[in-house]
Amino acid sequence: MIHSPYVRKAVSVQRTMGLVLIALLPGIAAYVWQAGPAILVNLALATVAAVLAEALVMSLRKRPIGLAVADLSAVLTAWLVALSLPAIAPWWLTTCAVLVAILAVKHLYGGLGQNPFNPAMVAYCTMIVAFPALMSQWPALDGLGFADQLALILGGTRELDAITAATALDSLRTGLRAAGATVEAVSQGPAFGMLGSRGWEWVAAGYALGGLFLLARGIITWHMPVAFIAALGGLAGVFWLIDPAHYGSPLFHLASGGAMLAAFFIVTDPVSGATTPRGKLLFAAGVGLIVWLIRNFGAYPDGIAFGVLLMNICVPLLDMKTQPRVFGHREAAGGDK
Amino acid sequence: MIGRLFRFHGGIKPDAHKNESAGPAIQRAPLPRRLVVPLRQSPRATASCLVEVGQEVLKGERIGEPEGFLGTAVHAPTSGTVVDIARHPMAHPSGLDTECVVIEPDGEERWIEHAPFDYHTASREQALAWLRDCGIVGLGGATFPSHVKLGKGAGIETLILNGAECEPWITCDDRLMRERAADILAGATILRELIGARELVVGIEDNKPEAIAAMKEAAAASPHGVKVVAVPALYPAGGEKQLIRVLTGIEIPYGKLGGDYGVQCFNVGTAHAVYRAIAHGEPLISRIVTLTGNVDNAGNWEVLIGTPVQDLLPLARPRPDTDRTLLGGPMMGFALPRLDVPIVKGSNCLISASPRLFPPAPPEQPCIRCTECAKACPAELQPFELYWFGRSRNFGKAQEYHLFDCIECGCCSYVCPAHIPLVDYFRFAKSEIWAREREKAAADQARDRFEFRNFRQEREKAEKAAKLAAKAAETRAKLAEGVAEAPAAEAAAAEDPKKALIAAALARAKAQKAEVRPQNTDNLSPETQAEIAGIEARRKALEAAAPPAATATTPNADAPAAASDTAATAPGAEPRS
Ligand code: SF4
Ligand code: SF4
Repeated sequence: MIHSPYVRKAVSVQRTMGLVLIALLPGIAAYVWQAGPAILVNLALATVAAVLAEALVMSLRKRPIGLAVADLSAVLTAWLVALSLPAIAPWWLTTCAVLVAILAVKHLYGGLGQNPFNPAMVAYCTMIVAFPALMSQWPALDGLGFADQLALILGGTRELDAITAATALDSLRTGLRAAGATVEAVSQGPAFGMLGSRGWEWVAAGYALGGLFLLARGIITWHMPVAFIAALGGLAGVFWLIDPAHYGSPLFHLASGGAMLAAFFIVTDPVSGATTPRGKLLFAAGVGLIVWLIRNFGAYPDGIAFGVLLMNICVPLLDMKTQPRVFGHREAAGGDK
Repeated sequence: MIGRLFRFHGGIKPDAHKNESAGPAIQRAPLPRRLVVPLRQSPRATASCLVEVGQEVLKGERIGEPEGFLGTAVHAPTSGTVVDIARHPMAHPSGLDTECVVIEPDGEERWIEHAPFDYHTASREQALAWLRDCGIVGLGGATFPSHVKLGKGAGIETLILNGAECEPWITCDDRLMRERAADILAGATILRELIGARELVVGIEDNKPEAIAAMKEAAAASPHGVKVVAVPALYPAGGEKQLIRVLTGIEIPYGKLGGDYGVQCFNVGTAHAVYRAIAHGEPLISRIVTLTGNVDNAGNWEVLIGTPVQDLLPLARPRPDTDRTLLGGPMMGFALPRLDVPIVKGSNCLISASPRLFPPAPPEQPCIRCTECAKACPAELQPFELYWFGRSRNFGKAQEYHLFDCIECGCCSYVCPAHIPLVDYFRFAKSEIWAREREKAAADQARDRFEFRNFRQEREKAEKAAKLAAKAAETRAKLAEGVAEAPAAEAAAAEDPKKALIAAALARAKAQKAEVRPQNTDNLSPETQAEIAGIEARRKALEAAAPPAATATTPNADAPAAASDTAATAPGAEPRS
């Protein structure tokens, strides 16, 4: 340090990423508790793939490998990819998704901090477009032991229908297409639990808990989770009040699918998200809106990845148009002209 | 009246490290072997030398006469002999040097005659001149001349005394407030009267309870109604604009001064110096300096201006692993490139640094846009955007995003998890922009000079031509009175060789013009050539029929006609202005 300041806060990218990883643990624990330890296999696979890919790129770019791997950003991406994919996704699917995230989305754009798109979400979208069937097979909670799940991951049995189940989001969407079906009727199905998919409420609660931890530690600000939850829950609430027979309740939407993971861990990705306070609100609200639209009217089970990517495109504009006012100035900062 | 405190955006809470040096009372630093007193105490305050080598000076004797609007006087800090007047390196990151008076103390500390200044009977102007002649400048670091800051003496509602001292390690103001609270308030009262403020508020960070208590006690004893306010310890609460914000809620934008908004802010040390100057007639020849950091004997010393840093440091007994000395605090100070530089009026703290106390920054990583820097920035900037623009050398955009509002407080660098030296990027961007402006100014100047030269040359030509014409007219008029016309014309030509020259040039130009042919007539078909020949013939006929020039008969029309006809070849006589 040749110039001031000569003191620095004890923070680092590694520490930030590490805290996010820690914050994911309650959700993962609930996941294991509800769906069995298979997810751990996929998490491990994804981690190894991500670290190897990161090291490979760094050595190709002739940059210090240790530093890049140690910043934990690749590990975080790997975990988010693994948690977004079905727990019983075959090993090659998970690996491909991670490679897309690290190699294409992160490093083709210049590495950490440079990617305009959320790597985990691009990976998710690529996979759901390429392998729609595999991507919508989630393990049925009963009757599928760890050995079976492992066999599926490692590419053994392929009799999926017998042992997997559609998620609640899926069943509701497809169920409502039948004439005369109502939410009440459809949600008698085995996929439904107290709030969202059976068992997944606990996972969602685990993510939310981790999110609160991140908020408390100042790693994320309140803007994104609040705006996302308000937009998704608010929209769902309005339509549910109008027509409860055909629209899921706000709680159902928030507890299902990846809503909580998205609220605290995915829309809050700093690199590809908006950066100004107002920009963050608009960004996350935009994702919430798109998620609700896709869930109700779209062709995919959960709209989070598409919502995030669409809003990623808007980030430069959002940032530019929402520059905060500078100290002592009445009007907002540059760009907004 | 100030009721509640306001917040400024951002800010950080670095370890204060005040205890190291805040304990012991202020001691007097011993006389150094030599004092190196700069005649220029700040970028603005300059003085011209009043002494010669070999001259004996008394303590407090004026050795520098204030120069210019922002100048303040400079005084001998002790009695002794002027041994040298030369350029000497200063305490500046770049080690710039400036004209200094070197005094060898005689050890007797013989004072000049000095008497209190009765500012009640004097006019305001006289009082301000007194402060200027006592060399009073702001002691908070910026060393802005106090008499200038006191301004017009009207329009200021609130006078703020800055005792916040928010930089870590520094305790000189803290000790001063603890030990000399009454004098500070007396000085502040003088300032308040001179500035015409209704209200006097002292802002002190709440991590200095003793100073707050001492100042409150003194305030209670003062008949003038002073408010002592504890402000939250949050760096940079002592930044002038931040303190004004906290105490009054007023936000002063970049480029504006507190005075424009009815508040003015003085450092507690400045108020103390004002008190000494008015109540005792003492010029500003010493200040309190904190010596701290990696030392065994941290504390505060009253140091004569001009004391070399290397003579001062041993008082604190730096430990062997000291590797640098910082001047100022760790947030905004800088490492001294050399230690033979003198203490000046703005030097508040010397920190002995060691790798243990101030470890080198970890390697820089890519920005992850976490916006921690924006959350910490008291100027409410988006430092990562500025960093981005600065890195891509998009300085125009950086300026649009208010680069120049950055007060270089270092909060953003402090909190950045990627360890990006953000402030350095901003300093660099600012200096680049300044350099470009300078270049542009220089280019503008050169262009102006060039254009002016052209203008001058043309004007001279025009003047010559006008004179010529006038003269010719005169001559013709004279001749017309008596002599025959033909010889008269000859005489006029003989009398005026310049006119002949013009005529010759005119003839040349006409000849040239006649020679010029249309360019695209080379490979024409016979028909077209015939057509052109026809046109030419017609034109010749017309030209022959018309008189050569309608105005040729008037005697003084020659020069302008030449000008307009042959501006390119004749010595131009057309005034372009
Ligand atoms: S604090 Fe550092 S890493 Fe975070 S946004 Fe600012 S510059 Fe980027
Ligand atoms: S150094 Fe400049 S940009 Fe950084 S926090 Fe201070 S004012 Fe803001």
